[in-house]
Amino acid sequence: MSIGKKNKKMIVRIIAFVFLSLLGIFMTYPLLWLISSSFKENNEIFKSLSLIPQKIVMNSYSEGWKGIGQFGYSTFFGNTFKLVIPITFFTVISSTMVGYGFARFTFPFKKFFFSVMLAGLMLPSSVIIIPRYLLFNRFGWLDSYLPFIVPAMFATNAFFIFMMVQFFRGIPKELDEAGIIDGCNSLQILTRILLPLCKPAIFSAMLFQFIWAWSDFFSPLIYINSVKKYPLSLALRMMLDLGEQAQWNQIMAMSVLSIVPPVILFFTAQKYFVEGISTSGLKG
Amino acid sequence: MKQKYKKRRMKDYVGLLYISPFIIGFLIFQLYPFISSIIYSFTDFTMIKKPDFVGFSNYINMFTKDRDFWNSVKVTFKYVLMAVPMKLIFALFIAMVLNMKLKSINFFRTIYYLPSILGGSVAVAVMWRFLFMYDGLVNNFLGVFNIPPVSWLGNPDISLYTIGLLAVWQFGSSMVLFLAGLKQIPENLYEASAIDGASKVKQFFVITLPMLTPIILFNMVMQTISAFQEFTGAFVITNGGPMKSTYLYGMMLYDNAFVHFKMGYASAQSWILFFIIVTITAILLKSSKRWAYYEDGGDF
Repeated sequence: MSIGKKNKKMIVRIIAFVFLSLLGIFMTYPLLWLISSSFKENNEIFKSLSLIPQKIVMNSYSEGWKGIGQFGYSTFFGNTFKLVIPITFFTVISSTMVGYGFARFTFPFKKFFFSVMLAGLMLPSSVIIIPRYLLFNRFGWLDSYLPFIVPAMFATNAFFIFMMVQFFRGIPKELDEAGIIDGCNSLQILTRILLPLCKPAIFSAMLFQFIWAWSDFFSPLIYINSVKKYPLSLALRMMLDLGEQAQWNQIMAMSVLSIVPPVILFFTAQKYFVEGISTSGLKG
Repeated sequence: MKQKYKKRRMKDYVGLLYISPFIIGFLIFQLYPFISSIIYSFTDFTMIKKPDFVGFSNYINMFTKDRDFWNSVKVTFKYVLMAVPMKLIFALFIAMVLNMKLKSINFFRTIYYLPSILGGSVAVAVMWRFLFMYDGLVNNFLGVFNIPPVSWLGNPDISLYTIGLLAVWQFGSSMVLFLAGLKQIPENLYEASAIDGASKVKQFFVITLPMLTPIILFNMVMQTISAFQEFTGAFVITNGGPMKSTYLYGMMLYDNAFVHFKMGYASAQSWILFFIIVTITAILLKSSKRWAYYEDGGDF
């Protein structure tokens, strides 16, 4: 390779690096601006591009936390956890079981059920939302968290089943056979042999489900009516509805807080997200 | 023989047992709603009074009398045709730049993927609304270059693009898939074609693009399905306005079903959306036989 060619390659890489950095700044600027705005005075928020507030306002967090009316953000955060933790827990358990069933057993209609599951990945959710709502209404589940938690128990999100199936398929069957020889039943094979190996898949399912449930807006909007039970997404939207009297920096502050848990999770576990996306190829 | 058969059957039932949550969930939360939605669509169910069968009148009304319906169809198609291609082109472009074996690829991948993780949240929609307000950050930024302020959310000709931009901003997960695809293209294809004197541009069209067609197809199908159902952004940022220029199909459905409680009518509308999505997906998949390349012949 001649020196000229080497130099050319180097220059191309530098240009690429500069371009990617600029784009990266451009893309993350809105998020940084959101954070800085939460420390600005109301009338400064819209006046400057600067990320550094002219006068730092500290009380937007404490004032915003008080919320609107009688319910504060401790309630809304609490509600979000009450919603998200069971959803995540049950999704992981049910999807792991179903994924194990599909990946390791032969049974009647297996092909049929598997195609049904795959079709579920592509089925637009809008066709079943209305009858589901009516069904939950008949069960008396509206304005409770049951419409979120019970479907999670029954592995209704095909994305996670598919993800687990793909992962189980990557684990050699010889391990199961060794387990059988040692006298394990199928459940013991799952819990003692396969689960420890599945940690990355389980972890990424957990993260995805947690973040999606955390930021979900549509389902709470239709199922939850009383402010007392609002998760963060609905609380934020309610703050916006105040219109002219809204304290913008408080809205910004609460918006920042509402994305802190997902952002922390994302940065600490980003390799699992990439793995999850590339094994199952979905979402976003 | 008999014993073997018995053992086999045991195993069968165990498998069914493991997938039983899925079967039950499927019957109750997918199949039942799916079928009852068809039935509701032929009724005038409003949740207040008992439903009566009205034949096809929901469908007929929608097509002949409902101006909102036609407006939303138009707006939604415009949105999908703009947001999906832009997102995919952008995702592919960035994936190719990232594929140049840069040292900091993991860092950039994380940064670019972040919006895809947060994109659907209300906080981000709120942020978008503030960014594109008339006296918001984007216009301030343009002002630096002496560009007059644009009414991003107030002008009906522009508002839909502002919403679409939010979708493009979330190009991360498509990018990750493209990146995985690019890594699988054998290096020797490029080396061989370079010896034959192929330019970079030619290499892109003759090697890169054909090898990525399965992933392009996959991304296109999944992104199209989700774009047709977009809701949160339009609802929080513009609430369908101005002049219903961002009144997407998903918003119209929401209004009819959960604001006006016209459950029968909304069910009929959801079936039209389903029909549109299925038709477009089918066209994409069918046409892909001509343009998508699979080494093993492929069956998507």
